[in-house]
Amino acid sequence: MDVVSTVFSFAYQFGDAFAFLVISAAGLAVIFGMMGVINLAHGEFIMCGAYVTVAASRIGAPLPLAILCGALVAGLVGMAVERLVIRRLYHRPLDTIVATWGMSLIATQGTLIVLGSTMQGIGTPLGSVAIAGGAYSAYRLVLMAAAIALLVGLWLLFYRTRWGVLARATIQAPHMARALGVETGRVYGMTFGLGAALAGLAGGLYAPTMTMVPTMGATFIVESFVTVVVGGADIFLGAAPAAAILAVIRAGLTAWQGQLFGQIGLLLAVIVVIRLMPGGLSGWLAARARR
Amino acid sequence: MSAQDADLIDAAPVARSSLLRIWLGRLEGPQTFGRGPAFWAVAALVVVGAAVWPLFTDGYTVGNAAYFMVWTFMAMGLGVVWGYCGALSFGQTAFFGVAGYSYGVLTINIGDAYGFTLVALALSVVIAALVAAVIGYFMFFGRIKGVFVGIVTLSVTLVFETFMAQTAAPQWRIGDARLNGFNGMSGMPPLTVPWFGGDVVLYPDPPLFWVLLGLNVLVWLGLRMALNAPFGNVLVAIRENPERAEMLGYDVRVYQVIAFTLGGALAGLSGALYTAWGQYITPSSMGLTAAALPIVWVAVGGRSDITATLLGTLLVLAGFQTLTIYGSQYALVVMGALLLLVVLAAPQGVVLGAMRLLARLGGRGR
Repeated sequence: MDVVSTVFSFAYQFGDAFAFLVISAAGLAVIFGMMGVINLAHGEFIMCGAYVTVAASRIGAPLPLAILCGALVAGLVGMAVERLVIRRLYHRPLDTIVATWGMSLIATQGTLIVLGSTMQGIGTPLGSVAIAGGAYSAYRLVLMAAAIALLVGLWLLFYRTRWGVLARATIQAPHMARALGVETGRVYGMTFGLGAALAGLAGGLYAPTMTMVPTMGATFIVESFVTVVVGGADIFLGAAPAAAILAVIRAGLTAWQGQLFGQIGLLLAVIVVIRLMPGGLSGWLAARARR
Repeated sequence: MSAQDADLIDAAPVARSSLLRIWLGRLEGPQTFGRGPAFWAVAALVVVGAAVWPLFTDGYTVGNAAYFMVWTFMAMGLGVVWGYCGALSFGQTAFFGVAGYSYGVLTINIGDAYGFTLVALALSVVIAALVAAVIGYFMFFGRIKGVFVGIVTLSVTLVFETFMAQTAAPQWRIGDARLNGFNGMSGMPPLTVPWFGGDVVLYPDPPLFWVLLGLNVLVWLGLRMALNAPFGNVLVAIRENPERAEMLGYDVRVYQVIAFTLGGALAGLSGALYTAWGQYITPSSMGLTAAALPIVWVAVGGRSDITATLLGTLLVLAGFQTLTIYGSQYALVVMGALLLLVVLAAPQGVVLGAMRLLARLGGRGR
């Protein structure tokens, strides 16, 4: 019995870390992994989604609808940002760091000025469930399911819809796509918007579990970048397995030595992975498949 | 000396001209902005003006200006690594922190007698340079490039931050120096110069300002010489096209590691000086926000010229402090908007753009 509860507890820890990494990295995997734009404002899109979710939920919207609202608003903001700023910087990837960091400053401090230093959150719904002698938050289990659903949904979007084909074509060979009549500018805008919407979704999903402060995005950003870098350019071959591996490392080290060592282990894993597989997991897998 | 003479001297065999003349000739050249008597006259005027300025203002302002100057070394180091060599390091703060903590540990344990603080300063810089050399070797010999250099260096600085943040417990001590976790380490002595008739302690006062000004000018001139030497030309070649540089027979990796080590040493110099200036260092000086700041200074000033980097850093630091004083909570918003504007409207950097404009008006320059 004791073994079962230990195993389940580890599985829960792992699932929790996995869900967190997948959900928070999905948006960045689209924007940084696919488009190559280093988006330091990723955390602020997450914050935007979380704030909208909480606001919508307070005026009476049911939580799932509120979360969708959060994702939608973040996506619209993302498309506006792409049109106004990012579009001019595609050929200067390092400059996007400075630009998005500037936007992140404006968003964080602007939120602080307009909405104050904290916002009353909404409690974690669904209570807890007792499994194998331990009490676990039911909402965290929902989040794990949401992470899986998110991956499936993205796969369907990119591999089973016309828009997905156009997006992948534009990102792989923009000149060719344009020659074939694809409006690449619009596709870039939509893709960036999708990434921002996914970030908003992450914020919405995690809003009930977090304290609503303007700097809440910072909690996500390092982990997101780590997952995307370890994963490489492909979300499904890269970011998802990367999230699984990193979740094992993190859950293991956290259980063994505490949270800070979990964090340190995560960062060291990145350094080793970049050194051994410069294209990330997906680049490595693709190279092996070609052989 | 005209441009043509400089080229001739550069190409001449060493025997025909002394080594000193060659290196002095490299104070101006293709990789740095500014040449000719007018430029040097202005530069000398600025330095002299800065040197007499503390006599006409109050102590607080001087200490504050010294604080700005502390950071310029890290910025110039990043200028070499990013602007000249083309490798964006997001983790210069790692070397800043390593040197800062080294200075603290060394001076708390050994004290400030017999000018040891200066030895500790030098040792801290050496330690930071060694750490940078190891990380640089690992990265550049592993053929990591582009954005990934930024990610690895950012990870390194965040690892240091996270590690130092958990050293609050009393067992985390090196000799007498407690690391103190997130609260930071304090109580180290400031720089102390042994002098006849009593040590001179460099508190944030005019003497510290003069020392920093001198160091600044030395580093600036030294970097100008290094960058106009063949070494600097190769760095720029690597930035422009690494494959071509390699085909021409240069081991790109070695040059990248050297540039990265130089950048790390300069960041370390800033870190040790900062710790000595405020007698205080915390893990957050290696955090994400702190790591982004040098990039902002260098990007705003202009990264492809060392003079623009130096002036831009001072400008941004002073401007940001003024904003914080007068704009209170709007300072960060204005700062963010400024960054956006610079990237969109003046991608080469504000100071570099202004310098080029002035040069065009005066018919001089690079």
